[in-house]
Amino acid sequence: MFHIHCPYCDEYREEEEFHPRGQAHLARPATPDTTTDDEWGGYLFFRDNERGIHHELWVHSVGCRKFFNITRNTATYEIHETYKMGERPSVTAENLPDSQHQSGVQAATSGWQTVGARPESASLNQEEQV
Amino acid sequence: MTQQNRLANGGLIDRKRQLTFTYNGKRYTGYEGDTLASALLANGVDIVNRSFKYSRPRGVVAAGAEEPNALVQLGATESTQVPNVRATQQALYEGLVAKSTNGWPNVQRDLMGMVGKMGGSFMPPGFYYKTFMAPASMWMTYEKYIRKGAGLGRSPTENDPDTYDHLHQHCDVLVIGAGPSGLMAALSAGRRGVRVILCDEQEEMGGSLLDSRELINSQPATRWVSDTLDELNQLDNVTVLSRTTAHGYHDHNFVTLHERRTEHIWDRATPANGRPQVRSRLHRVRAKRVILATGTHERPLVYANNDVPGNMIAGAISSYIRRYGVVPGNSLVLSTNNDHAYRTALNWHEAGRKVVAIVDARPSPKGTLVDQARALDIRIISGSAVIEGKGTNRVSGACVAAIDPAAFKVTGKVEELECDTIASSGGYSPVVHLSSHTGTRPQWNSEIPAFVPGEVKGMTPVGSVTGVFDLKTAFDTALSAIDHALEEAGDTSSSKVTEAPQVDAIQEGPCCALYQVPHTKTTLRAPKQFVDFQNDVTASAIEIATREGFESIEHVKRYTALGFGTDQGKLGNINGMAIAARILNRSIPEVGTTVFRPNYTPVTFGAIAGRHCRDLFDPERYTALHQWHVEHGAEFEDVGQWKRPWYFPKTVNGKKETLDEAVARECLAVREKIGILDASTLGKIDIQGPDAREFLNRVYTNKWAKLAPGRVRYGLMCKDDGMLMDDGTTSCLAENHFLMTTTTGGAAGVLEWLEVWHQTEWPELDVYFTSVTDHWATMTVTGPDARKLMEEVTTDVDLDRESFKFMDWKEGTVAGVPARIFRISFTGELAYEINIQANYAMKVWLELFDKGEKYGLTPYGTETMHVLRAEKGLIIAGQDTDGSVTPEDLGLQWAVGYDKPFEWIGKRALTRPDTSRKDRKQFVGLKPKDANVVLEEGAQIVLDPNQSIPMAMVGHVTSSYYSAHLKRGIALAVVKGGHERMGETVYLPMADGKVHEAEIVSPVFLDPKWERQNV
Ligand SMILES: [Zn+2]
Repeated sequence: MFHIHCPYCDEYREEEEFHPRGQAHLARPATPDTTTDDEWGGYLFFRDNERGIHHELWVHSVGCRKFFNITRNTATYEIHETYKMGERPSVTAENLPDSQHQSGVQAATSGWQTVGARPESASLNQEEQV
Repeated sequence: MTQQNRLANGGLIDRKRQLTFTYNGKRYTGYEGDTLASALLANGVDIVNRSFKYSRPRGVVAAGAEEPNALVQLGATESTQVPNVRATQQALYEGLVAKSTNGWPNVQRDLMGMVGKMGGSFMPPGFYYKTFMAPASMWMTYEKYIRKGAGLGRSPTENDPDTYDHLHQHCDVLVIGAGPSGLMAALSAGRRGVRVILCDEQEEMGGSLLDSRELINSQPATRWVSDTLDELNQLDNVTVLSRTTAHGYHDHNFVTLHERRTEHIWDRATPANGRPQVRSRLHRVRAKRVILATGTHERPLVYANNDVPGNMIAGAISSYIRRYGVVPGNSLVLSTNNDHAYRTALNWHEAGRKVVAIVDARPSPKGTLVDQARALDIRIISGSAVIEGKGTNRVSGACVAAIDPAAFKVTGKVEELECDTIASSGGYSPVVHLSSHTGTRPQWNSEIPAFVPGEVKGMTPVGSVTGVFDLKTAFDTALSAIDHALEEAGDTSSSKVTEAPQVDAIQEGPCCALYQVPHTKTTLRAPKQFVDFQNDVTASAIEIATREGFESIEHVKRYTALGFGTDQGKLGNINGMAIAARILNRSIPEVGTTVFRPNYTPVTFGAIAGRHCRDLFDPERYTALHQWHVEHGAEFEDVGQWKRPWYFPKTVNGKKETLDEAVARECLAVREKIGILDASTLGKIDIQGPDAREFLNRVYTNKWAKLAPGRVRYGLMCKDDGMLMDDGTTSCLAENHFLMTTTTGGAAGVLEWLEVWHQTEWPELDVYFTSVTDHWATMTVTGPDARKLMEEVTTDVDLDRESFKFMDWKEGTVAGVPARIFRISFTGELAYEINIQANYAMKVWLELFDKGEKYGLTPYGTETMHVLRAEKGLIIAGQDTDGSVTPEDLGLQWAVGYDKPFEWIGKRALTRPDTSRKDRKQFVGLKPKDANVVLEEGAQIVLDPNQSIPMAMVGHVTSSYYSAHLKRGIALAVVKGGHERMGETVYLPMADGKVHEAEIVSPVFLDPKWERQNV
């Protein structure tokens, strides 16, 4: 059972107080009408399934009811950090030292993964693409 | 019966307190301080079980958690039955009643002995694998036989009379295991003032020190144990939990401990200070640091007939002699590959029994213990091993021969020694179980040779579990582990207040790797060499498995069932891997590692359930009017955690109405006169803020820009895939203030839905959501006479048809209580939904009945509510929809704002190719051709009943009822292209061969012009 630091309450609490909401940093296309079916389908249905570093959206459902992000290793279940909505993760698959990767664990690749909640996310995405 | 194997002196038992117990119907005596196993051995009980597959007699092998044979069914009464208790871990108490778990119909001479041989060829390696791969009928044939033979205990058929607690604990240091290193760690941490929990699974703390021959500070080791425990018990910051097994290690240093409080005293939980106490506790511990001091399990050697009673692991014999004063035999042959096991021969000799020989696999053993044995003139046969045991129901001899372990062959002549006990020691396997519970693989250490714990964040293994077996190192590593752990946690005091005690160094020579002992015959032809006693897995079975191509140890395990017993292969796993490795010509770590899962030893369901049973299993939610419903005989339905009145059966002429009768009466009352529903469970979300209206525009499919204060609107909520997730009405209370209602089951989910969109996508919108479900009680007054009754209970609300229109809401008082009244209808009749602050609801409800009696005011429940809404074709989200239904599929295009400026949730999906298909399943009504037929909900719909099976199914029934008002069965359904199929006939083939016929019609069966709700 996880021990999770809620960045809003600034306390470690038991997993029972939280609820996962899937992959973090999924930005809804800003103009759905002009988004192609393929892009829209990707946003709706396609998720990363990484073995290793994964950014996840969680909610402190029976605490402060705030949504926040967790950077978690899906192989070791280690939580590297939790951070508020709109913030970027400081630990990513790319910047994690090799020693901290579980042997045989692959680094997560980007795919549909973007960082930061909207509206900031749009600009962060562009940064990443540069 | 006398305790013929009990020594006159010695042991940690209390000889003044003799205890009587019953085993397999026979009475025996033992002493306070005995385990059931030590008492049985004291009484000379050799056979404690029959083996699972071959029905061979089996005796006690071990002295702790690793025991595979001595499993008992415990309990003097039916309600106190506990299956699969290890006799080695069950303390003896007065009046204990136990039966051997296996061995139907009796362990001494059992019927399966005859079928045993048949069982052998009947259940070859891979039996389960092949049985499950074969047609299902094979398993059906074998199942009864296997279950009967396996006899892995039984659960009680009566309720458990005892209670169990869960405790939530936090500590700085959790020390698991109270052997030398665990005690040392706990003492050091305890003295430094941090919060410590020390737990140990055994009846007594001390671990290996309880039967140690060594001196600590020039005193017997048990003295140091008791002094240390005395000090720990006096420290307020230390919790000492004896009889407490750490059975599960979970993520982030979350450890579950099972503390048995009364199981050593009696069958049932005994009172303490005159008050009932719990039988056991489950501690849920979140520890900053876990010190793993779980020690080792000795490995037996694998030789022919190594399962005959009288074959034991060496260390267990030492435990029985030194802790319980029991020598389980008269003449001993010890077969070993290490020095440590020499203690067994020394103890046996000191107990005054004959040590026939020590057979040591090493060519030239030397060390302190070897010298001691030589000094006692004990015969040491080096470079050799016991290759075969003799005897059937008890060991009668041991065949010894020189061997070459590396070449795996017997190199010398076979000598048969007469003895009744064979002790074997193949080395020591660290108890790595907890360290691998979260998936970390143990690491192979070729020096010991065995697996040691892999690296687990927050956990520090100390003592022999690390593969370091000498006492001095155990103490030193424990002390430095605590210093290191506390430093890491920021404790800078770092004053080394605790010194390791003085111990005499014992020189031990290195061991040699030996697992399976070679025999003069090949493994397949030699007498059976058992690897896993509990599952009757032999060395030849593993050889066959590898020959059949199973090369990974995980596959070998599944093929042979190695390690699949309740002991999880504590004794056999590594020997099994070694055999596979030898045959495959690989190293053990190349064959695989051994990973264990929780629980380390079985935990009773009582402890797992704790107080979460019966009334406390799941919270129940009651509305403010619940008591009235109970008093008026309501039958209840569970809707989520809510208890909702399902229907209100009346008793007419001494006969209680059935569901159908009550629902028919309730439905007609609403259609003809007036009814009332407690709708308090509907989810209610208070939404406020300058952007509340914009937010509603985005989360609902329809338009909210122009909804004026005082007006109500029905809304559909979709996910972004365009599928309906919930529906309900939302009322505009003020320009920036709305009240949203949701389905009863959807309330929590919808609130979270609103929050996730607000917090992650549109944080710029200024809007707030609060659940007010419990704050407001909701009563629906509905029927042609609804206005008449409302006029009697309110004076300040104008109820005129024109001034209080359909989909209006007004504030006023009802029965003198402030209320919000909503003119909305889920029945198709004139209806007023009255919201009252919950604490005042009962007064209003009673007054409504007081005034309503003359109109025939009838309370109705959820079943009638369903029928009434179905007659009107109103959907229930989650019943008529299933996450694959769009608003368009439902024919609710009128509630979709296609031209709203913001691209609301779900809109884009409605133009995907899949959602605009013409042959999607669409929502329709079904009229059975036979008016008396009520279709089955879930029944599949076909267009041609004469087609061959499997038929092409075009949809299914989502709701179906008998309508008393329409005097016929009606149903709602989804049918492919249904909206274009009005008037067509469809068929519903049933499992019993009947085929129902129905006509596709509009889902609105009654009052298609919606006039009744507007009277
Ligand atoms: Zn919080």
